[in-house]
This record gives sequence, C-alpha cells and structure tokens, in this order.
Amino acid sequence: MNEPSNPRRPDPDALLRAARAEERGRLKVFLGAAPGVGKTYEMLSEAAERKQAGTDVVVGVVETHGRRETEARLAGFEVLPRKEVAWQGHTLTDMDIDAVLARRPGLVLVDELAHTNVPGSRHEKRWQDVEELRDAGIDVWSTVNIQHIESLNDVVASFTRIRVRETVPDRVLDGAEIEIVDIPPDELIERLREGKVYLPEEATRALGHFFSRSNLSALRELALRQAAQQVDAQVLDMVRAQALEGSWGSAERIVVAVNEQPGAADLVRAARRMADALHAPWSAVHVETPRSLQFGAEDRAAVANAMQLAGQLGARLVNIPAAAVVEGLKLAMDDARATQLFIGKSVRSRWFELRHGSVVDRLVRELPGTAIHVLPLGPAADRPGGRTPAGAAHSWGTPGNYLLAVLLIALATAAGSLFSSVGSITNAALLYLLPVMVTATRHGLRPALATALLSSLAYNFFFIPPLYTFTIADPQNLITVLVLLGVAVTASQIAARMRDHAELARSSALQNSTLAEIARRLTAVSLREELGHLLCSEAARLFDAKALLATPSSGGPMVVASVPAQGELEMIEKAAAAWALENGRPAGNGTDTLTASEWQFQPIVAGERVHAVLGIARADAGRAVRPDQVPLLLALADQAGLALERIALEEQMASLAHMQERDRLRAALLTSLSHDLRTPLTATLGLLAEIEPASAVQREQLAAVRGEAERINRFVANLLDMVRIESGSLQQSLEPVDLAEAVAAAAHDLRRTLKGHPVRLEIAPDLPLARIDPHLFHHCLINLLDNAAKFAPAGSPISIEARRMADAITLAVCDEGPGIPQGSEERIFDSFARLDVSDRKGGTGLGLAIVKGFAEAMGLAVRAGNRTDRRGGRFTITFPERLLCKADNTGEAQA
Amino acid sequence: MTRVLIVEDDPAIRLLLRRSLERGGKRVAEAANARTALAELGRESPDLVLLDLGLPDRDGLELIPAIKAAGAALLVVSAREATAEKVAALDLGADDYITKPFDTEELEARLRTALRHRIGSLPPSRMKCGDLLVDLDLRQVTMNGRLVHLAPKEFGVLAELARNAGKVLTHAHLLRAVWGPAHLDDIEYLRVTIRAIRRKLGEEPQTSVIRNEPAVGYRLAPPS
Repeated sequence: MNEPSNPRRPDPDALLRAARAEERGRLKVFLGAAPGVGKTYEMLSEAAERKQAGTDVVVGVVETHGRRETEARLAGFEVLPRKEVAWQGHTLTDMDIDAVLARRPGLVLVDELAHTNVPGSRHEKRWQDVEELRDAGIDVWSTVNIQHIESLNDVVASFTRIRVRETVPDRVLDGAEIEIVDIPPDELIERLREGKVYLPEEATRALGHFFSRSNLSALRELALRQAAQQVDAQVLDMVRAQALEGSWGSAERIVVAVNEQPGAADLVRAARRMADALHAPWSAVHVETPRSLQFGAEDRAAVANAMQLAGQLGARLVNIPAAAVVEGLKLAMDDARATQLFIGKSVRSRWFELRHGSVVDRLVRELPGTAIHVLPLGPAADRPGGRTPAGAAHSWGTPGNYLLAVLLIALATAAGSLFSSVGSITNAALLYLLPVMVTATRHGLRPALATALLSSLAYNFFFIPPLYTFTIADPQNLITVLVLLGVAVTASQIAARMRDHAELARSSALQNSTLAEIARRLTAVSLREELGHLLCSEAARLFDAKALLATPSSGGPMVVASVPAQGELEMIEKAAAAWALENGRPAGNGTDTLTASEWQFQPIVAGERVHAVLGIARADAGRAVRPDQVPLLLALADQAGLALERIALEEQMASLAHMQERDRLRAALLTSLSHDLRTPLTATLGLLAEIEPASAVQREQLAAVRGEAERINRFVANLLDMVRIESGSLQQSLEPVDLAEAVAAAAHDLRRTLKGHPVRLEIAPDLPLARIDPHLFHHCLINLLDNAAKFAPAGSPISIEARRMADAITLAVCDEGPGIPQGSEERIFDSFARLDVSDRKGGTGLGLAIVKGFAEAMGLAVRAGNRTDRRGGRFTITFPERLLCKADNTGEAQA
Repeated sequence: MTRVLIVEDDPAIRLLLRRSLERGGKRVAEAANARTALAELGRESPDLVLLDLGLPDRDGLELIPAIKAAGAALLVVSAREATAEKVAALDLGADDYITKPFDTEELEARLRTALRHRIGSLPPSRMKCGDLLVDLDLRQVTMNGRLVHLAPKEFGVLAELARNAGKVLTHAHLLRAVWGPAHLDDIEYLRVTIRAIRRKLGEEPQTSVIRNEPAVGYRLAPPS
C-alpha cells in the first residue's frame, strides 16, 4: 500500500466504507470479558431507554438463563416468537429470522452473537443472521464474550487453555459500535460463587481454572483493548474519509528490535512494510547491553548498518542502554507507546534456550496485548572469540586485577589474624567480603568470583582449625566457609551488575553529552559558513580525521568548509560526494558505493532534502570511519541536518518578513497618499466653490484656480492607480457586468467633461455579460472617455460600440479627433507618453497607461488605432470568450 | 430645524461640510473622532449623520450600528477606491454614500433623499420617478401613462427600488429582497432582470431611471 501522494485527499476506500455504513443497519455489540458480567442485562437496560425515546425495538432472541433480574428487564419488550425445529426427536427453538425481517423493526436485540444455530437453520451461525438483518437495513444490538472473537481465540486459549468452538469473524465487528460491559474480577468471582452466573458448557469443564483472577484480569484487558482498537480503526477511517489535517492520537505504532545478527536488514524492511500498510509511525531500537559493549568492529558495523537502513526507510532511531535485551525493549516499547514489535529470533540449540530462556518467550509474557512479529535470523554461528551471550558480558579482567585481589586478601588475612586474637573467627570471615566487593565494583564479575573463591580458601587455610591446611575438622566451620563463599558470590554478582549499569550509563552519557554539546553549539549558529566550519572542526576532532562539508551547486558538489583547509576535490571524490548528495545515502570509503574515494561522505538530510554532505578522510588514507563510530557519524549528521533546516527556515522567514514589511510600507504609502493628498484637495475644491467672486476678474481667477486644483486631483488619482498597477497590488473582485450599463455609468460620472459631446451607444441589447471587476472597468472607461473628450473637436460626437465576434466581444470608443500617429499605436499606452498632438491639452499622460494596466489585469486586451470610416481615434477593448456568461437566466423560475 | 452631525477628522472638510449644510438651513454639530461622535450622538440626537469612515481612533464602520440605533439617517463619506467599504457600510445600514471629492450639489441631493426616507418612514403606495409611475398596492407600472407588464421578479426589483427611491441599494440587498438569501451572489440574475425592465420600459441604459452604481448596486433616480 502506498501513501496517498496528497495526504489530505480523502482515501476512496475509507469513503466507500463510510458510505456502506450509512445504508446498512448498524451493529452495536456489548462485549464482555467473561460470562456473567451482565451483558444481556446492560443491553436490555439501554434498549429500554431507546424504546422510551421512541425507537421501534423488538427482541429477536434473548437468553435469560433463568436470571430473575434479566427476566424482569425483558418485561415490556415486544418479543418475537421463536422458530421451532425438530431435530433427532427433540424440539429446539431459535431466533426466527424471517419473522424479524417481516416485522422490520428499527432495532432488534439478538443475544449471543457467537451462538451456533440449530441444525437445518438458514445460516449455520447467528452472526450470519445478524449480517442478513443488517443488510436489510435493520439495526442490531448483540452481545459477545471476548474469547469468541476469532482473532483473539488463540490468545485466550493460550492462557485459559480452553478453546471455544463458537467464534465470530472480526470483520463482523468492523465498524460496529462496541460497548464494554465490565465488572472487576473479584466481583465476578463473587457472583459465580453465589450461583448468579450461567456457565456455558466449555466453562464448566475447567471452572476453577477459567475463572481464576489472573485469567479474568487478562480477559478484561483483552476486551478493553479490543474496544480501543475498534475506536482506533473508526477514528482512522473517519480521519481518512474527511482527510482531516493533523495527526490522530491513537493508532498502531511499530518498533523493530535491531541487533548484530545477519538478517537484521530483512527485519527492518518487514517492519517498514507493516508501517506503510498501517500508516503507522515506527522506530528502530537497539538495546545496548553489557554484552554489546564487548562487540567487535564487525558486530558494531552490523548494528550500525541496520540502524542506518532503518533511518533511511523513515524510522526514528533509538539507542537504549539496559542490562538485558528484554528490559531495554520494554522501555523502548513504552516510550514509543508501541503496539507492534518486530524481533528476530536466532536459531539456537534447545540447550541454549533451556539455559537462558528465549527473549521472544519472555517478551510475549511481559508485553501482553502487543503483536509480536518474530522473524528467523541467520544462525548465531560461533564467531571468533566464541562468546556465549550470558557470559560474554563479563571480561576476565587483567592479571593486575587478580594481583590486587591477592593483595587485598592478604590484607584481610592480616587484619583477621589481629582480630581473631580478641574475637571469634567468624568476624574474620566478614573481613573477606571487603576484597570481594572491591574487586566486583572495580573489575567486574569474573575477577570478583575468583576473589570470592580465593577468600574462602584463605579463610579456611588461615583461620579454621586445623590451621594451615585445607581440611576442616568441625562441620560447623564448613558451614561458615560455605556461607562466606555464597555471600561473596552473591555480593560480587550484585556489585558487578551495578558496575555494568554504571558503565553503560557513563558511556552513553559521554556520547550524549558530546552530542549535546555539539547540538548546543550548532543551535547558536545562524550562518551557513559558520555552521560548516563548526561541523568540520567537531567532526575532525571526534573522528581524529580530515573533515569537509560540501553543498550542491550547479557545478557539482562545492566544498564550503573544511578542516584542515582543503582545495577542490579529486574527480573520484567529487563523484562520490555528488552521488551521496543525489541519493541521500553515504558514499565513498567504507561504504558500498564508489569505495575508491579516499573520503567517506555522509549525507545531511533534513526535511526530505539533502542539504549537504559531510566528508571524513584519514590522513593515511585508511578507513575513514570505524564501524563503531558510524552511529556517532549518523547522530552528527542528524544534528547538522536539523541546524541546516533551521537556518533555511530562518532565511525564509527573514525574506518573508522582508517582503511583508515592503508590502506593509507600500500599503501605508498608498493609504497616506490617497488620504493626505486627496483630503486637502477635496476641501480646497469644495471651499473654492463656496467663494462668491466680487468681480469679473476674480471670477476668472477663481475658475483658473479651480481648474488647476481639479487637474492636481485627477493627477493624484491617476498616480495612485498607476502605483497600484506597477506594484502588482491591484485587488480584483469579479462579477458579471452588463457592458451597456457600465458605459452608461462611466458617461454619467464624466458628464461634465463630456459636455458638448453627444455620447452614442451602439450596444446590442442581448450581449453576454462579462465577468470582470466592475470598479477597474469603470475607471478604464472613464479614462478612455476622458481621452476621447480631450481630442474630439468641440461638439463632435463620441461613440461607443460593442459587438459580438466569433469568440469574443469587442468594445470600441471612437472619437473624431486627429487620430493616432502612424507607428504610435503601442507607445501611446506608455506612462507619460504624451504624443505631440496632445501637448497643450492638459492631462497627465497616465490615463491610457492605466487603461492598459487595469484591462490586462482583468485579462482584457486593449488596442489603439484609427477609424476606417472617417478621421478619428478608435480604442478597442477585447473580452475573450472565457470571461463571458450568457445573459438569459433571471432566476425567474426560482422559488 | 434639521440637526446634522458631521463625523470627520479633517478640519477643512468639516468646515466645507458645515458651510454647505448651514447654507441649507441645517443645525450642525461636529466630531473629530469616534469617541466624540458617540458622545454627540447621545447629546444632540441628530436627524442625520455624515460619517467619514477613516477616523483616527476607530474604524468608522463600527459606529454604524450605534448611529442607526440612535434613529439618525446616515450618509457615508468615502474615498473613490473603497468600493468594498461602501458596500459594507450600506449593508450595515448606511442610507447612502458620497465619494470624495464630492460636489456640494450632489451632497445636498443625497441628504434630501436620506432625510425624506427617515421622515416618511412609511413608503408611499405610489412612486413617481420621471415618467415612471409604480403603484405598489395595485402592483401596476406605467411609463408615460402606458401600462407595462412585468414578470414577478422584474416587478419585485422595480418595487424595491421604488420603495427606496433615490437611495442606492446594494446587489445583495436587491437579491435578498427578491430572490431570497440563498442567491446573494447571483448578480447575473439581477443584471438580466434590470436589462429586461429597461427594455419593457422602453429605456436606454444611459437615460434609464434605474441608475447603475458600478460595483455597488442600483438606485432609482430621475435622469439628470
């Protein structure tokens, strides 16, 4: 199953399921952990409420098992008569499905979904009857116990050792509403003791076992989990169907356990397939046990490779230090709130498993309810060094360790001989525990065990009569020696384990603190160059090698930082770096690709993009990164990726903020221009009109002032429009416009300017409407009419014609002026392109540029030309077909 | 005496408005910001408010409900570019708008219309506009004395315009009144219907009594 390419697109399957759920009858199941929890009673109680609320409820079949409370609850319901079937001389009764279908209730109660019908019925199982009822559109309520759910049958049988024959396929429950009927196990056992529980045949057989407290608790947990999963699936379906944004809280989460054994890669891939299928997040976990600290280079590389693969496939990578694999995995599972675990099982001898127990078995026991997928791994062949997993965790220690032990024992002996003169010899025995503890905490289990043995021998030799022999005369003293040995061994084991924990914690803390320090320093960086240098110097220090950072450029990988300073890369190195950049996978020395390169290149990936490659090389051209250093390199690359991603985001934010600031300034400028320039002009013009001239001279002067003020006003208006066009901040709101009335409105607004020019409209009455911005178009028309009025000789008409063409409408404004000079048809629309002919006419030289700007913003074409019928200019606006809409719907037929 | 409240932050424009209003025999109060405007509204209980939408302390649109609640007629003074703002003001209850720079004759004509609608709050049953006569009770339309037969939606539009004669009605207003609230965006219905009415009345768009206010709406007014 592939991820949908667009995660917000509704999943068609989910939609289909939802649609099907709409028309089918709905199923609600009262789910119990065991018989006797009160499912039927609960179902009847809720059904009574429904009935009260007006739902047409009938009882198809309900088993009361003679329980009085349940029988009382049944009163008041319409109970359909059962069907009688004769079978082998007996008369059996069962639900009459045809009676239910004929009655067609809104809701039918059908108890015990897992019931097997009497022989000769239409369906073998009752759940099949329920399916048929739901297909007929009838809602069904039913009851079932958890052990009857098919997929859980095995699980339940595994701990109750009772296998039920009557099971319900899980798909029947798909999409059903599940209600848990739950009572605490103790209460159920009490009810059982009081004889309130009807027991099915299966349960009576192993009564005591089935109703044990632990079984009931486990069953209860299963029931709750089943209900939770059902909710999960429904939420998931809903989310997919509606393609809601964001994540949903409860879903499958997968963990794959990675170890050094061959086959780990297959395990990782299997987990990835499952994660894909379930759209589940997944993580790869490696548990660092004391054993794994002893790993050779090869094993470390194996783990690192598997983890790296998992990282490439999209897993979250987790390293968890723990004393044992099971412990670590449990921690990781908890941490990830995982529901599924993928783990490999090596093929080991029976003997090994008897001695050490199987990790898988323990996990199954300790992670109830988790789906555990076990895949076989390659045989755990004894490698050189022949470790056994339990013992390999502990080293034999150095000869110095033993020397120290001997020294300490000698001291203890000396001290003991001092005390023995004053006290009992058993006090001396306690003294020998000191060397054991010291060795255990400092040198581990094996030297400690040797010390324990040696101590008891020394005690025997020096303190137990007969002295200076290894023989023991008094049996009581034998016990003392044995106790000493036992205490010493136990103490050494405990101390050694503590030491292991401490060491693990220390080693992972060291690595973590190194990384944390690097991460901290990377966070402080906000420039790419600085980051490159920091990263390279850290990498050079950590790996004791040369380091460089290369980023993609048009000419291939480009070295942006290097420690020590490094020039251009060689051909083969460049190829390896380029490959790593392109594929997002490591290349070069020590990898699978282009191994001839002296450098190893680790891609730095963040946000699904390869930002750069980190190159590591050794001065002696040896292996660049030791296999056990690979996790460190990966972690470093991760940190660098995060930092680069952050820097990229910061840059984006900065440029966005820059653009927003520019837009804000422009908007502020426009507002201020239109307010601060035009408001005074409005006042000036208005107040000028108020002045009563006292003489003819004053009248003339006043008219001139007013004319000039009007010119400034027009100019400011045009200037504002021009700024809007050139800054791309024209806002459009499209609506169907009737061209004829739009022209009429423009002519009306310009009636003073057009005074003396008859305006003739030649516009067909049934012309389509044009989907344009009415305000912008209004100003196009005003400017065109203004332009025509400027050039038309006094008293000459201005005509406006609109014509339907094959695939457009053309609207032409024609005057009887001098026309457009040859060759100026384009230039006339430029800003301030006043042609010679218009020189003294006033005007701003912006009008036509605005016409063109507005028109083109709306998808209209403007052309200037001369009339063919006579002298005069002709400006044409063309409305393409896609902007036209038929003018024949008045909605008259609408309500 | 008619009382008018001018809400405008520019002193020169206030002076201009005051002059032309006082010349028309109105009593004038002034407010330079929204706060003062609200105070004056309570004290003066004006018959009409002239409101500039660009106030220093608050968006002028926010004052409209208070002005309407005070029972005053409302004329909005707005910039040429602010089409959306005009429509918003009208839909909020403004009676009309006037665009800067305005001429005083036009201002006075708008004032008269707004006040007339406020005083005669019950619309007359017969409306005359130029040669057009709309009888709202008889649902009859005559043009130059000639009976005109209109389809129901056509009559609906013309009647709504006639009831509010002289005032601009937004597209949304007309569509809601005649087609219902589900059709507020179906401007083409309105365009086509207006076209049909004009044809039946025998009018050209240029000289029609139904005036097109680009991007805003329509108003019924005698041709000028």
